[in-house]
Amino acid sequence: MTELLVGTKKGLFLMEGETGSGFEIKARAFAGQPVDFATRDARSGRLLATTTSPFYGPKIFYTDGDPVREWEQAEGVALPEGGDQALERIWVIARGEAKGTLYAGGDPGVLFESRDGGASWEINAGLWEQPSRPQWQPGGGGLCLHSICTWPGDPDKLAVAVSAAGMWMTDDGGRTWRRGNEGLNPRYLPEEALKDENAGRCVHHVERAPRQPERMFMQFHGGVYRSDDAGESWGDIGGGGLPSDFGFPLMVDPSDPDSAYVIPLVADMDRVTPDGRVRVYETRDGGSTWTPRGDGLPAKHAYLTVLRQAFSRAGEGEALELYFGATSGDLFGSPDAGATWSVIAARLPPVFSVVAV
Amino acid sequence: MPPMAVVCVRGPLRKLAGGHAEHECSGATVVELLRALELRHPEMSGWILDERGLIRRHINVFVNGDRGDEATAVASGDRVEVLPAITGG
Repeated sequence: MTELLVGTKKGLFLMEGETGSGFEIKARAFAGQPVDFATRDARSGRLLATTTSPFYGPKIFYTDGDPVREWEQAEGVALPEGGDQALERIWVIARGEAKGTLYAGGDPGVLFESRDGGASWEINAGLWEQPSRPQWQPGGGGLCLHSICTWPGDPDKLAVAVSAAGMWMTDDGGRTWRRGNEGLNPRYLPEEALKDENAGRCVHHVERAPRQPERMFMQFHGGVYRSDDAGESWGDIGGGGLPSDFGFPLMVDPSDPDSAYVIPLVADMDRVTPDGRVRVYETRDGGSTWTPRGDGLPAKHAYLTVLRQAFSRAGEGEALELYFGATSGDLFGSPDAGATWSVIAARLPPVFSVVAV
Repeated sequence: MPPMAVVCVRGPLRKLAGGHAEHECSGATVVELLRALELRHPEMSGWILDERGLIRRHINVFVNGDRGDEATAVASGDRVEVLPAITGG
């Protein structure tokens, strides 16, 4: 049995089921509100959700009980008072390596840490006080910290990605940070701007290969990249069979450091699936070659947009399950590592995020 | 002594404010009144005012029926309505 937490423009949908025999919507929470992201901490069983009310601002809520009615607001999810910026949105929550630790990333390029399972949060001062921060440039979705890559077994090592302030890494639990953008080629910048390290490095999504943590995969704003040195430098792997190297989500098979999955879109000026066909592309050789995985996905007149947090997985290896949702409200799943797909749900509100538990 | 005015809240704000719609608070301006309300009901922090001390973009405040902002002066007996804007999509 797999649980899917689907954040949408109009609430959180909790689904359960199995691809093949079908999924059911078990509950809907935050009816009418945009739910940017939701996850369940497997260590505690706690559900966490991030909402951005157009009226009341971004919040993190959590529940250990009834997911429809019993949510509590987490404390400390705010920027320092008295500044000239306000928190715009929480994009992602990730499990930390230390007991009870969670991280949350948000706009404007901010990282929060919780040591009590998500009930209270503190801003990461090291990243917040980066001297270069005034020069950071937002992407189209804001200055969003959207990817948080922990290092298995080492709570001091962390890599985060900010659109469009690039990759940032720490080896001391977040006290100090350094950039990791060598090799990235922002084709949208004039050549003379490339030497400016503050000019936009529009990272769209990053995942780490857990069994070989030095290896990371990145979907860039034009370009798919791989790092073999823990994010210090990157090499382009966006050729080899992809119809486009533009897109947002990216996923890996935890059992295979050579694996990655992307869902290409046409281009930054046309953010829909290429040729009206929905296809997930898989590599099993570290990005040298990419193979379309679309059996069961819409193959005609399907112009979908899949957002960066709307791709998730459960299991690994031959039992790898993949799930993604689109802004069309369609939700798809594969029980066999992308070989075959089926519709999990249709006509949901626009899907912002999918997390499989 | 700052003037005492009545702040009126609805919907989720009312729930956060102990379930009461009307709150007598003291303050010389709208933002002072809202800060006083937050102090009394800390759960409301961040819901009306953001970290900059600004009223959130899609919340409207009316003082005795006239649209106000953070700096609008408040007199004793004034009625300050806090309303979510008519927005959506």
